[in-house]
Amino acid sequence: MGIRAQRRGLFLTVAGIAFMISACQKPTSDTVQQSPASARALSGSLADPARLQQDDGQWVMSAKNYAATRFSSLGEITPANVKQMGVAWTFSTGVTAGHEGPPLVVGDTMYLVTPWPNILYAFDLTKPGAPIKWQYDPKPLGAAKGVACCDIVNRGAAYANGAIFFNALDGRTMSIDAATGKERWVTQLTDINRGETMTMAPLVVKGKVFVGNSGGEFGVRGWLTALDADSGKTAWRAYSTGPDKDVLIGPTFKPHYDSDRGKDLGITTWPGEAWRIGGGTVWGWLSYDPEADLLYYGTANPGPWNPEQRPGDNKWTAGMFARSPDTGEARWFYQTSPHDLYDHDGVNEMVLADLQMNGGTRKVLMRADRNGLLYVIDRLTGEVLSATPFVPVNSNKGVDLKSGRLIPVKEKESKQGMVVRDICPAAPGAKDEQPMAFSPKTGLLYIPHNNVCMDFEGTAVSYIAGTPYVGASVVYKAGPGGNRGFFTAWDPLAGKPKWQIKESFPVWSGALVANDVVFYGTMEGWFKAVDANTGQLLWQFKCGSGIIGHPMAFKGPDGHEYIAVTAGIGGWPGAIVSADLDPRDATAGNGWGGMLADLKKTTTKGGMLYVFTVGGGT
Amino acid sequence: MGRFTFALVCTMAATLGCERETRRYTELPAAANRSTAVRLTTLQPGSPQPISNVQSPYQYNAYGLAEGKRLYAAYNCAGCHGVAGGGAIGPALMDDKWIYGSHADQIFSSISQGRPDGMPSFGGHIPDQQIWQLVGYVQSLAGLVSQDAATSRNDDQIVGKPENRIEGTKQIQTGHR
Repeated sequence: MGIRAQRRGLFLTVAGIAFMISACQKPTSDTVQQSPASARALSGSLADPARLQQDDGQWVMSAKNYAATRFSSLGEITPANVKQMGVAWTFSTGVTAGHEGPPLVVGDTMYLVTPWPNILYAFDLTKPGAPIKWQYDPKPLGAAKGVACCDIVNRGAAYANGAIFFNALDGRTMSIDAATGKERWVTQLTDINRGETMTMAPLVVKGKVFVGNSGGEFGVRGWLTALDADSGKTAWRAYSTGPDKDVLIGPTFKPHYDSDRGKDLGITTWPGEAWRIGGGTVWGWLSYDPEADLLYYGTANPGPWNPEQRPGDNKWTAGMFARSPDTGEARWFYQTSPHDLYDHDGVNEMVLADLQMNGGTRKVLMRADRNGLLYVIDRLTGEVLSATPFVPVNSNKGVDLKSGRLIPVKEKESKQGMVVRDICPAAPGAKDEQPMAFSPKTGLLYIPHNNVCMDFEGTAVSYIAGTPYVGASVVYKAGPGGNRGFFTAWDPLAGKPKWQIKESFPVWSGALVANDVVFYGTMEGWFKAVDANTGQLLWQFKCGSGIIGHPMAFKGPDGHEYIAVTAGIGGWPGAIVSADLDPRDATAGNGWGGMLADLKKTTTKGGMLYVFTVGGGT
Repeated sequence: MGRFTFALVCTMAATLGCERETRRYTELPAAANRSTAVRLTTLQPGSPQPISNVQSPYQYNAYGLAEGKRLYAAYNCAGCHGVAGGGAIGPALMDDKWIYGSHADQIFSSISQGRPDGMPSFGGHIPDQQIWQLVGYVQSLAGLVSQDAATSRNDDQIVGKPENRIEGTKQIQTGHR
């Protein structure tokens, strides 16, 4: 023992000296690098993501910026010259699961996290072909794949103060030195034996890393956790169910609607102890308003899907919270689907914008929800300003703006032991996690989404830790019109589409708006550029596999604009291909078997990063 | 370091060292007996020994297969492998691709031991008899049991062919992928 302790001491001394040396050298190497991008990334206060998110040369968080607009003002690629766009370089990840999430670009380096096994790659953008600078392999447990509901995806990383933060599927959050690829800290947050995984992209605000759990189909109790960015230690955790003290509901909680006021609603709106296994996971997107100092995120579906096993409103699932990032205290909550009947998670991204409405400026958040409604909500109070269907909807009649409550449709209410047919939208919703973009230039939201209905039967289910807790037999089908997907430019003020593109398959990729050009991908593998104003198809490129990745834009060290996206079919619908499911069972992939049999004949699996530029490949 | 401690450490080192260096020439190693272990591959060194052909005790037994169907729902197997075996989180069971083999004893091992890419280990958590019933039902999803004994139409939403109408022509497979 003594010898080991001595050795550890010696190691620490050596490591300490090495660190001191590297620390001493750092300013020198910074000044040696002359390229504008690296100076931009590394100089002083600009290491703060609050500043970096405003630089359109870089892309330092999944949603591009705190407002989650996925908008870049880079204007080198235009509707006129996008036809000359070609491949600059590619990279095979060697992973055949679904590739969600965008790569990041910080300074002269691009970072990419793969689906399980969650390898983090750094690419040197200053060299031809962007060779690998380093790679970090967290070696997540293979067993974690058995409790990941919807393929073994990862939705990306976040950069702050010299570190890359990301989650591994087996429930670890990591801080990796952005320059060297060395581990700074690793924090184990979930237990796969309780069905808990992590797939979401962290957000970093004021020295805290915000992460949430996945496992809404496994009877997990959802939470958002704030970790100290320097140490990885938990600063606070806010659960989505249970007593107010666990949900961090206190005197500063001022929800707009009566139905969200009362003591311990996270217990009293559930039968018995069901809140302990009630879901409300936090696997989607976070936004932040620096001026109001409010963090926004959504809570997922209540568990199980069979609603008869959980009478009540099931607070605080299927809704959205505004919280103080410092303390975690809840400021308001709004429930998009009280007593959710259809697996309509409330985790979709919230785009923050200031809109001119009714003669004044309103600070709003916009959410295209699973339940088929596009919400415009006052982000300071949680008041619903409008909720407009953006696909054919027959399972609700919109929102009663007085009570804030979703108006249900009796004949579409799911029942245990009874098949309710043609419920629109289906469980994956009018839109799932695939993030939309917002252009302050056009004032339009660019929404990649689904046109899917379903037959639903609730079935009795027992909670067995580490196994699915769903209790439903579901079969999806194409919505009205027969096309299973749309790409829609939505005018949030007029409450109607400006233009719309029909796609054969659900559009499960993210959207990017780079000045006047909008990018998205299809499950067939087409990567498309369309005119932001008209929707006219300007350019397309056939990738090797279906696209569910999230495109992003950056300025390379050569000063030119680049567009990057990952191809690699998978995710919830694409698992039909990536997990080789058998569509003769209409419930394969938890409902997709009935309508995506042709996807297996259309694309094959395989993860690949594509980077495009005007004149690339010539 | 006290003299006593020094002596103790020396003694321990000597004892452990003796065990480490022991060569046993007379006794047979434990594995000398011919193995009856479940094989997950047809590839064997030298001349192949026959692959065991243990059958599910419920292969021809309607009650056992029906119990298997009930347990497939009750233990949430359907949540991962699909209501009719089309797969979701876990692989499809109704097709003719068997990562760990479709012999009854291979499926028994997969359920009991679990598999490293996500299959939980049910051994010790549920009775072996129920595992055998599940084995029979899993085989029926791919048409590998007697159609006379297989379960029939679901009481719930129809999402695939009834098990007793799945043609039993598929070959039993030893793991191949």
